[in-house]
Amino acid sequence: MNWGSWQNFLAMGGYGLYVWGSYAVTLVVLVAEIVALVTRRRGVIERLAKYYAARRRNDETEA
Amino acid sequence: MSKSGRFSWYYFSSPQSFYPLAGALQPWFAALAAVLCAVGLYIGFFVAPTDAQQGESYRIIFIHVPAAWMSMFLYLVMGFWSGVGLVLNTRLSSMVATALAPTGALFTFIALWTGALWGKPTWGTWWVWDARLTSELILLFLYIGFMALQAAIDDQRRADKAGAVLALVGVINIPIIYFSVQWWSTLHQGASVSMKSAPTMAATMLLGMLVMALGFWMYSIAATLARVRCVILERERHTDWVAAEIGGQT
Amino acid sequence: MIRAIGWVLRRDLLLAFRRRGDVVNALVFFVIVVSLFPLGVGAEANQLRNMAPGVLWVAALLACMLSLARLFAPDHQDGTLEQMLLAGEPLVVLVMGKVISHWLMSGLPLVLIAPLLGLQFDLPGDALGVLCVSLLIGTPVLSLIGAVGAALTLGVRGSGVLVALLVLPLFVPVLIFGAGSVGATAAGTGAEAHLLLLGGFLALALVLAPWASAAALRIAME
Repeated sequence: MNWGSWQNFLAMGGYGLYVWGSYAVTLVVLVAEIVALVTRRRGVIERLAKYYAARRRNDETEA
Repeated sequence: MSKSGRFSWYYFSSPQSFYPLAGALQPWFAALAAVLCAVGLYIGFFVAPTDAQQGESYRIIFIHVPAAWMSMFLYLVMGFWSGVGLVLNTRLSSMVATALAPTGALFTFIALWTGALWGKPTWGTWWVWDARLTSELILLFLYIGFMALQAAIDDQRRADKAGAVLALVGVINIPIIYFSVQWWSTLHQGASVSMKSAPTMAATMLLGMLVMALGFWMYSIAATLARVRCVILERERHTDWVAAEIGGQT
Repeated sequence: MIRAIGWVLRRDLLLAFRRRGDVVNALVFFVIVVSLFPLGVGAEANQLRNMAPGVLWVAALLACMLSLARLFAPDHQDGTLEQMLLAGEPLVVLVMGKVISHWLMSGLPLVLIAPLLGLQFDLPGDALGVLCVSLLIGTPVLSLIGAVGAALTLGVRGSGVLVALLVLPLFVPVLIFGAGSVGATAAGTGAEAHLLLLGGFLALALVLAPWASAAALRIAME
């Protein structure tokens, strides 16, 4: 499919708003999911590290 | 390894053994997803021709249909694994089901959103309350209900099992979505791709759609594997191996 | 088995009779909600006539949903539910009894009062008849599906809204065909298909819902 020029590609035969609106939102949603997953993993590791440290301190003071 | 020393897939049914497997597989699926989506988008924008009736607006199909397929497929997989967890009492199955839900919900949203943006230029309206769109909307509510129910119940085993019952009750919605265009005369177009007959769309369009569907599938697997690793860490935090794992990370 | 259902019915109706207020409240809610729409949308007769099936059916959904809080929770609180789980009778039978009593107290009154409210919306006679029949077939389905939702959220914090979130999407097909049957009658195309589908939903719900509710109750109580 030869678009001829960038303008034609972006305009999508007049439907640019709809086509790019779809692709943009999809990209945003998927990227947001990936970011959320990375954040979640980091948060879990951080929280669990604190939890284990607290548990260790607790065991030490009890011993 | 099983006691006799022979390899058994059941080895991976414990969270402890599945965790490293998921970690090892996840980058591969992510890479596959990226490659397939890149190829699919190239085909979609630079190989597939302009549609005679819809012009360029039809190119939304390369996201809309794969996302809709994923939304239904992921719900079935989620229902399957939560059912396995309900019947066999396996923790990992329920964890995987919990991990699938957000990705499934997001694809349902994408299907609805792209569908609306495709409907406006094609049918003249953003939304219509026909059978397929309504049942896809209900699917979104079912995903959200599943996640809300599990979040509301504090006891983990009860949350898993209750979610499983809900997911299984909602499974009946999937055939309704799929067959709705056959059972009712609706605004949404009928099936262009079926197992029984030749597809009614151009070969390059079909190819682009299938490649994107595969790409989304690989993405779903990668996202689910990543999420289930987080779920495993959270739920198994009382075990020694998780303590060792976290110790190794920090 | 019939005796077990009879026992559950008698107990529930007796308890409801002692707290008549609860049952009447749900009915009054239905009437008030239905009356709100003409006030909000404007009293233009044609518009009201078109809206009527949908409004009445949505109000029925909401009234059923509100009364779900009384289905299992009181028994759970006073320990009767545990006894039901331990009883020799199959839990499915007891659940069926509870669903029937729920319908008698929340669904059936709606069926009886709907013609009056339909007159408020200037629905023609045949449409009123179809409305009652559709509610008669549909409200038991609502009670059956609602029982599954109530059982899943038993004792969970925030369960009121959560039940709505779980159960309303499952109510949607019943709403579509119930309201659609009245709309089809008003339009002259005949309500047979809609009512038959509603009957199909009822048959499906009768088979699956008590079983799912019983499973959910066991999960909630273990």
